[in-house]
Parts: sequence; C-alpha cells; structure tokens
Amino acid sequence: MDQVLSSIVSILFHGTAYAMILYIVSVGLSVTMGLMGFANLAHGVFAMAGGYVTVTLMNGYGVPFALALLIACIVVAAVSAVLERMLYSRLYSAGELEQVLFTIGLIFMATAAAKFVWGPLPQRMTVPAIFRTELTFGTVTFPAYRGFILIAGFVLVALLWLAIERTNFGARIRAAVDNRRMAQSLGINTGLLFTMTFALGSALAALGGGLGAEILAINPGYAFEHLVYFLIVVAVGGLGSIRGPFFAALLLGISDFACKYLIPEFGAFFIYVATFAVLLWRPQGLFGRA
Amino acid sequence: MKKLSPIDAMVRSHRLRWWEALPWLAAVAGYFLYPDHLALGNQIFVAVLFALSLDLILGYAGIVTLGHAAFFGVGAYTAGILAVHGWHEPMTALVVAGAIAGVVGLISGLIILRTHGLTLLMLTLAIVFMLEELANKASWLTGGADGLQGMSVAPVFGAFRFDMFGRTAYWYSLGVLFVGWVFMRILVHSPFGRSLTGIRENVVRMHAIGTPVRKRLVTAYAISAVIAGVAGGVLAQTTQFVGLNVVSFERSGAILIMLIFGGVGRLYGAFLGAPIYMIAEDELAKSDPVYWFFWLGLLLVLVVMFARGGVLGVGEQALRYLRRKRS
Repeated sequence: MDQVLSSIVSILFHGTAYAMILYIVSVGLSVTMGLMGFANLAHGVFAMAGGYVTVTLMNGYGVPFALALLIACIVVAAVSAVLERMLYSRLYSAGELEQVLFTIGLIFMATAAAKFVWGPLPQRMTVPAIFRTELTFGTVTFPAYRGFILIAGFVLVALLWLAIERTNFGARIRAAVDNRRMAQSLGINTGLLFTMTFALGSALAALGGGLGAEILAINPGYAFEHLVYFLIVVAVGGLGSIRGPFFAALLLGISDFACKYLIPEFGAFFIYVATFAVLLWRPQGLFGRA
Repeated sequence: MKKLSPIDAMVRSHRLRWWEALPWLAAVAGYFLYPDHLALGNQIFVAVLFALSLDLILGYAGIVTLGHAAFFGVGAYTAGILAVHGWHEPMTALVVAGAIAGVVGLISGLIILRTHGLTLLMLTLAIVFMLEELANKASWLTGGADGLQGMSVAPVFGAFRFDMFGRTAYWYSLGVLFVGWVFMRILVHSPFGRSLTGIRENVVRMHAIGTPVRKRLVTAYAISAVIAGVAGGVLAQTTQFVGLNVVSFERSGAILIMLIFGGVGRLYGAFLGAPIYMIAEDELAKSDPVYWFFWLGLLLVLVVMFARGGVLGVGEQALRYLRRKRS
C-alpha cells in the first residue's frame, strides 16, 4: 500500500514539474496562434536558444543561475522581436502552408547552427549548489531542483495570469485575440502589440528552455523532438487561450510521466491515442471556443 | 496565337501536351546514360510517386500535412512483411500494400479532418510519430530498430528477377510511377478533382452549392494514402529492406520540401522537385549533412519569401512576363 502511494506521489511530483516546463514553453505559441493566427512551428527554437545561452553562460563563464536565465530571456526576446519585424510579419496574411514551410526552414537552420556551434551532444546543466540536495517526505525523496521548478512554475503562472487579467497590456491582448478589427478601430496599435507579445512569448520559451534544461535536455534536435508535445499542449488547451494550455500541460505532463513509469513499452503510444480521443470529442480543444 | 477564354482553358486543360512526354523520355534516357546510378533512379521514381500522392491532398485539396510518411511506411511495411512471410509475388503485394495504407488513411482522415489549422498539423504529426513508435516496439513483426530483413521478392511477371544492378527495379518502379501518373492525371481533371480545387479556393461557396466537402476531403485523403502506400511498397520491394525511417517525420518533411521546390498543385512539381532534391542530396549531403540542412532551411525560407510556387511557379511567371512583353 505504501509503495503504491509513494509511486502516485512521485508520478504527480515529477509529472507536474514536467508540465510546468511544457506550459512555460508553449504558452507563447498559444497566444501567437490566437493573436495572429500564425502557425509558428519554430517556437521550440526559442526555447532551445534560451537553454543554450543559459547553459553556456553558467558553464563557460561562471554566471550565476538567475542572471544567466535573465540574460537568456532578454537575448532571445530581442532576437525574436527582430525576426518578427523582418520576416514573420510579412507572412501574417499568407497561407498556412507558407507559414509552415517558413518555420520548418527556420528550424532546419537553427538545428544546423546549434550543431555547428555546440556539437551534436546534449549540453549538461550544472544545477546550482543550493538545489543539489534531496527533499524527503516520509518514504519518498525528490531532487530539490524539481521542487524549485514546481514552485517557480506556479509563481510564474500566477504572475502571467495577473498580467493578462489585470493590466492594461493584458486587456489589449485579450481584446485583439477576441476581435482584431474592433481592437484596431479602438486605437490599439496591433502591429506593436504583435511584436511585443511575440517577444514576450519567446522570452517565456527561453525561460522554459533554461529552467527545464535538466528535464528536456538541450541538444540540436530539441525543436523537432519536442515539437509535437508543444503542439499537443496548445491544441488540446485551445488556441489563443492562456488557461487552457495550463490544464492541457498538466494532463499531458502527468499522464506522460505515468505512462512511461508504469507501461514503458507503449508509453508514448497512449499519449497520442489520448490526444486523438480528446480532439475527437472537442475538436476546438478543451478550453477553445467553437 | 488566339487568346483562350478561361472556360476554354479549363475545358482543354486535360489534353495532353508535347512537354508532358519529357519526364518519361528523360527517365528512359537516364537508364542508358547513367548505368551506374540505377539505384538512385529507382529512389527518385519512388519519391516522385510519393510526392504526386502528396500533391493531391496538399496542392489540390489544400490540406497541409506533416505526416504523409505514415502511409508510405504502412505500405512499405505491408509489402515487406508479406515478402518475408511467403507472399512473394510483387504486383499483388503492391495492391495489398496500397489497400492497407488506404484503410489507415480513411480511418485517420475521418478523425483528423474534423479539425483544421494548427490542430490538424499536430494530428498529422502525431499519426506519424504514433506509427513510428508502433513499428519500433512491435519488433517481432517489423524488426524494430534493426529493420525488416529476409524479404524475398519473386520475379516481376515471373520473368524479370530483381538483380543486384537495379535494372529490373528501375523499370519496375518507373512502370508503377507511370500507372500512378495516368491515374492522378485523370483524377485531377475529373469533376472530383475540380471539386477539390474548389474546396481549396473557397470552402464556403462549395458548401453553398451543395458539395459534400468533408466527404470529398476524406476520400481524397484516402486515395492519396493508397498512392503513398504503393510508393512505400515499391521502395520495400526494390531495396528488399524496410527500416524505421520509412515512417519518420524526416521523410514527411523531405517529401513536402521536394513538392514545394517543384511547385504544388501542378501535377508536375513532383517530377521536377523530387529529382532535384534527391540528386542534390546525393551529391551534397554525404560530404556534410550539417551544412545540407542549413542550406535546405535557408532555401525554404527564400522560396516562401520570394518564389512561391517553386520552380514551376517561377517558370510560369517568367513565361507570362515574356509573353506580355512581346504582345
């Protein structure tokens, strides 16, 4: 009995930590999709870039963890804002096929560039010294770093929701998602809003990449390997929603961890079947509008 | 030259033109000019057939998919497993491979075509990952990561053995491609094919004039899966090996890129894009795969930014420009 309980606790703990990373990386994609209708498959590239910058700063230059994360976010946000102005914005009115091809091209280039600079092997992240202990609850022990991810994730989600629900900037985003033309008529500069939201989403992805480097290993194939999971989070959550992807990420993270823990043979298989079942029942996603 | 009205152009569009013989002449000439590269030729024909099948749903029906290799893989594994377990006759095995891929296409089409946009993209990806996982784990049937070995394929028509130089393979895959092309050509110029173009251009109007839109899309998706399955089956039979890469995301992506470079929705994009891609890959990728992907990515971005419609699209624009200048 004790063993069953400790397995359940362990699955919930690790699954939730995983879910936090998935959510932080994917939420920007959901907003981009809802705001501009842009199918940005290259979103994972920003997470990968954040991970590489964080790990390189920490390992190569001895920069403290928090500062390295901050620098990664700023660098990625700046680069993504430039990309958005120069390239992405030209394709907002283009067809879905063009957007898909363009972003796949970006992934190819980023993957090759990462392999060229950092080599094909995954980058090891050195967890800061304070998190290198273990937490013990009764019979179960957890790595402290995962606990930190869990807490940081919840704090971040709370901040994000507050920002979207309570600030003027958040209200503008919600207005533009609901009805872009109306928002424009009311004098909201949607072009600027798009750029800022895009940069913010990319910064969050970079944060997720850096924070989660210990869970989702930073390697050149990152953007392709995890693409389908990021897309599942967004599609199951409902495009354009902030809250939907959170619950979708929790569902995906915990069930993925449970499947791989309990039935390692067909773990990934069940996740896909479950995704099909959910979308057959609600094609617009759990929290999406029909 | 007399100017054609749009209606005339549409009515005449199915007529054969002289340049449509070019790919076939090139294929026959290739056999005699490059006797050392018959294996590459075989791979190119398979890729062209596969790209043709993708053109039906992407170019004509407008369904963007990243998972078309799922059906290619089902066809390849079907043909491979049949050949291992005693069904050695290649042509009938190909029919079975196409049929099973078609069933998978029909079922998955019924599910995923209820969605659209990013969700649809994700589901097409999920299907290919799911099947890859299945092929990997069911190693008692598929050979798993080691690949399916021990295929024995009987001579074509009972007379032409698959030789080690790839001569029979060359003609076999060219023959299957020809049949597939004739079928596709008839299909896209049929009322069914026209209705697909209509759905791509304006779904609301097609609904309004009473077209059963979803039924048409699912049918096209299943037909495309059949052709992709046949292409996979040909690859399995001619190379006598099936590896996990037949049902990978990489293959889905590569075939999409070939079609884009050639030009979508034109039936001949496949004939241009696939050989260019395969020959370039054969020349460049072996020396340095990292750079290959970088340039491939850059080229994709450039095509999307400046040359939508690929080689054929740019050619058409150039022709139109020249004609306007002359008149």
